Amino acid sequence: MLTREDIIKEENLVYKRTSLLTPKALSYCPGCGHGTVHRLIMEVVEEMGIQAETIGIAPVGCSVLAYEFLEVDMQQAAHGRAPAVATGVKRVMPEKYVFTYQGDGDLAAIGTAETIHACNRGENISIFFVNNGIYGMTGGQMAPTTLPGMKASTCPYGRDVKMMGNPLKITELVAQLPGVRYVTRQAVHTPSAVRKAKKAIRIAFENQKLDKGLSFVEFVSNCNSGWKMTPVQSNVWMEENMFPFYPLGDIKLPVE
Amino acid sequence: MKELKLMKGNEAIAEAAIRAGADAYFGYPITPQSEILEYLMAEKPWEQTGMVVLQAESEVAAINMVYAAAACGKRTLTSSSSPGISLKMEGISYIAGSELPCVIVNVVRGGPGLGTIQPSQSDYFQATKGGGHGDYRMLVLAPASVQEMCDFVPLGFELAFKYRNPVMILTDGVIGQMMEKVELFEPQARLTQEEIIKNTPWATTGRTPDRERNIITSLYLDPYVQEKHVCDLRDKYIRMEAEDVRFEEIATEDAEYILVAFGSSARICQKSIDMARAKGIKVGLLRPITLFPFPSERISELADQVKGFLVVEMNLGQMVEDVRLAVNGKNKVEYFGRFGGVIPNPDEVLTALIQKIIGG
Amino acid sequence: MTEEIIIAGFGGQGVLSMGKILAYSGVMQNQEVSWMPSYGPEMRGGTANVTVIISDERISSPIVHQYDTAIILNQQSMDKFESTVKPGGLLVYDGNGITRHPERKDINIYRIDANDEAAKLGISKVFNMIVLGGYLKLKPIILPEFMHKGLEKSLPKRHHGMIPENEKAIETGKNIIYPVHTL
Repeated sequence: MLTREDIIKEENLVYKRTSLLTPKALSYCPGCGHGTVHRLIMEVVEEMGIQAETIGIAPVGCSVLAYEFLEVDMQQAAHGRAPAVATGVKRVMPEKYVFTYQGDGDLAAIGTAETIHACNRGENISIFFVNNGIYGMTGGQMAPTTLPGMKASTCPYGRDVKMMGNPLKITELVAQLPGVRYVTRQAVHTPSAVRKAKKAIRIAFENQKLDKGLSFVEFVSNCNSGWKMTPVQSNVWMEENMFPFYPLGDIKLPVE
Repeated sequence: MKELKLMKGNEAIAEAAIRAGADAYFGYPITPQSEILEYLMAEKPWEQTGMVVLQAESEVAAINMVYAAAACGKRTLTSSSSPGISLKMEGISYIAGSELPCVIVNVVRGGPGLGTIQPSQSDYFQATKGGGHGDYRMLVLAPASVQEMCDFVPLGFELAFKYRNPVMILTDGVIGQMMEKVELFEPQARLTQEEIIKNTPWATTGRTPDRERNIITSLYLDPYVQEKHVCDLRDKYIRMEAEDVRFEEIATEDAEYILVAFGSSARICQKSIDMARAKGIKVGLLRPITLFPFPSERISELADQVKGFLVVEMNLGQMVEDVRLAVNGKNKVEYFGRFGGVIPNPDEVLTALIQKIIGG
Repeated sequence: MTEEIIIAGFGGQGVLSMGKILAYSGVMQNQEVSWMPSYGPEMRGGTANVTVIISDERISSPIVHQYDTAIILNQQSMDKFESTVKPGGLLVYDGNGITRHPERKDINIYRIDANDEAAKLGISKVFNMIVLGGYLKLKPIILPEFMHKGLEKSLPKRHHGMIPENEKAIETGKNIIYPVHTL
């Protein structure tokens, strides 16, 4: 039987919270994938030793306060404008690593133009896109990525595609653009998914050293509050409903 | 001897930006100011000074690129014309709320809506009273010559960084499109990254071990914190009123009547004054150079000395409200204007003065 | 001295550049100048005009509604600007394409068939300089040496080889302008 003193010995350490997350308690709902994505991004920044070279752009939506948790210099962008803001930063400080952290409403609805054009210009940045198919922050309204038939507060009878259009697979869309180097879709709901997701984040940052185009990483995530489920139920629902529509895996790999 | 050139107002803005050591320009074409982006693209300043020039996908994207570069402590500017400035207003509000320095040029055309591409001053309210959402002000400079178009770019940067506040250069198609001779100032070097880190310690230049993280945001969810933030902004605007009111007076020493006009209207009024003086009418001109902060104090002083004011504007009567507030009922204030892209002629101004102020 | 001029014609006739050369020459002569073009859809294929003011004093309004001189190169501009010449002022026009000739009796009217002359000499590119030469014969407000400097400043360096041709065209203009009605 290990005592507390044994457990906290350095040689027994198996996991440590990265120092690049601030001590502040995350404001996300328990069970939400945002916290995991935050951690993975900061772990990669720490492992690459690029804290002083990294500028993050926070969006509007659930992760509007991302800058409260990430221990790097950050700018908070207007709704949807993060890719334009990232463009501005990268253009005046091309030696820095610049990333945006955006949700589905921010990136694929109000910010579609900024997303497509930053991708098309091949801005040398990384876009991290958390897609949970709903507007979490404002209370569960329909998102551009809400599935057909899926209920939200602004489509209480389910998304009627005739009336509201189909969900937008923006990740597949941006993969078509020559300015985009790397596109992948990941998740963070299981340990193996987390490991793959972290690798994708690493590739996205490493790509900025090469200056050969934009990297775009989507994380299909749950929103247990917005979906009105328990965290466990939401993960099952995500696997059964979100993944068939938004299949995980690499969509575009660099061609050397 | 300084370099003398014949230039369009729009070209002077662009050349001045390069010479002022600007780090970046982000813009989107719109008549009547497209020469600014065209001139910069032709000059290729990225090869001379390292200045970034980028044509964005929209005015919205452009102003957000400005937000970003300004947040990095860079000297950044953008330009547009009325409908495009309306699009930028969201970003301008964020820039003001996040206290970022930048220069925004509005070469005004007649509105509302798509309106006309001809010159107008109908964006006075939008420029001086905020324009976007929230409690904020921009410092607004109103050039009346191509020389001032040139000189107000470095001045705009100086004031923007002094107050960490957006500065608008409010002009119109007359000043933007016309050519006059310009004395170009000596080019200034762009700041080095070390100088930027020293001068603007708040900028997002990368979180190094020797400092806390820098966050650029306009979000304060706690209303008491937001109230404090708005109070700090207000103190800044009060300081602008105390320290940076600028205006020009022409022939006011012996004037019995005062024309108040800015920008291109002020040029037209100068001709009206010559015509009036030839008829023995003692008229002077007060030309506000800063539209915010407004030269209220000087107007109030003049109100004690003269027999009346005629405010001449290329709009339905916007600045006249600020003149009336300044005069505060002490004297007669009337308005004369043409609008929708029509430029008043000096005779009309003189006739209005005689009818509305002298005879009335 | 203050000279307020309107130059008006079709886009492509070199109206704006004629104004610019005149204005730049004024700058070289150490005078105050302004050059205010019509802009927008009018520029694109339709009529074009520019107001040039050259003065010994600070120029107040760059926009005026009456001119000392109107240089008119098409019928639309004749219809629009004949009435804006100050009484006693000057109207210079190219007769090419003019169907209604100027009628005012209170101004000086001169005609210059620059279009025909340029075609005859095969120098259509410098048609506008022929017109400018005609005007300068009547109002020599710019000395030739400053006109030369104005050309140098206005034309891009790669076109400086054409300056002699421009100056020759100015001389041609001086020789072919003739009075229609004088006070």
